[in-house]
Amino acid sequence: MTSAAAVREVLAGVTDPEIPVLSIEDLGILRDVVVEGEHVVVTVTPTYSGCPAMDEIRSDIVTALSAAGVQDVEVRTVLAPAWTTDWMSEGGRLKLREFGIAPPGQLLLQIRPRVECPQCGSSDTEEMTRFASTSCKSMWRCLSCREPFDHFKAH
Amino acid sequence: MVDPDVSQYCLRLGDDALVLAQRLCEWAARSPQLEEDVALMNLALDLLGQSRSLLTLAGAREGAGRDEDDLAFLRDEPDFVNAQLVELENGDFGRTMAKQLLVSAYALPLWQALCGSTDADLAAIAGKAVKEVAYHLDHARSWVVRLGDGTEESHLRMQKGLDEVWPYAFELFESDPLLDRLVARGVAADPAALQPFWRSCVEEVLAEATLSVPSTDWRPSGGRRGTHTESFGYLLAEMQHLHRSHPGVSW
Repeated sequence: MTSAAAVREVLAGVTDPEIPVLSIEDLGILRDVVVEGEHVVVTVTPTYSGCPAMDEIRSDIVTALSAAGVQDVEVRTVLAPAWTTDWMSEGGRLKLREFGIAPPGQLLLQIRPRVECPQCGSSDTEEMTRFASTSCKSMWRCLSCREPFDHFKAH
Repeated sequence: MVDPDVSQYCLRLGDDALVLAQRLCEWAARSPQLEEDVALMNLALDLLGQSRSLLTLAGAREGAGRDEDDLAFLRDEPDFVNAQLVELENGDFGRTMAKQLLVSAYALPLWQALCGSTDADLAAIAGKAVKEVAYHLDHARSWVVRLGDGTEESHLRMQKGLDEVWPYAFELFESDPLLDRLVARGVAADPAALQPFWRSCVEEVLAEATLSVPSTDWRPSGGRRGTHTESFGYLLAEMQHLHRSHPGVSW
């Protein structure tokens, strides 16, 4: 008999393939875990409509749980309520910064976002383009240390 | 839950997103800047994701067992019900940005309205899409202003591109019996109600870009009934050839 808590512990090891320091729970895309006898239902939600990592994340969930002895796994994808970066955990934000990606601010404060350089901590930064290596990031540069960096957009 | 009207509506929305995504992808490795290549592919990815959800829903409401791939790759030209605006050839970068502005200024109020659709699945898709198209509108707006209010050459080409795509925008605001029924049920957005936002948004951008609002009254139409422009067949041939040559192929 598996418990939802045990399943969540296994899922803590399932990360975003594009940002391997973040677990799906840190990212806020793990919506729910329900255990019905031997049947485990894991519900996830995509970040952006076209996020190409979703297929891989779904298969990683099945693989991780199967390795932990849970065979009967169903991964459901729900769209509503729409994911927002406000669901990212505090721990996730810290891990992002350590990884060199400036974490998202709170969505309501985004009229003129102030983004700190993850390298030197300076606020003297500027956006170079709204679009970067993945849909969820924008490209910035620091005017103090002159290093470019990714920023996880508030969304 | 089989519902032919909702299925057909989702097909229109899904085809608009799919065909626009395919056109944007033609810019891959051809954009004026490296950053722009990445930006356009990000926009295309958003639209492709939206179309996947919409075509999946269209198939489910149709009830004939067709999935997103069947609908995207195994229909022929007259079966596509996208507006003609999205299928127009890219032309130069200015013309592409003019098209993006006209489409995005329509998509934003459309998805805002559909967030309140009485169809919960459609409302869920809208909740994702509305955040994405807000970026698309910002992106198009900044380029139209930059090129319109740029050099003499960029201004001329931006105006020319805008003049060419402009007449096709009005098909987006046409109504027909299907939309009348769905608006009455609270499922669809009333297209006429989207036009005031579109007008004021586009005119504001054009004024800032020092561009003139085109004056032609020509209003081509027919995409929603399966009538398409000449270049559309070529787009479909490229988009569908892999799937048709290798049925069931996967990465």
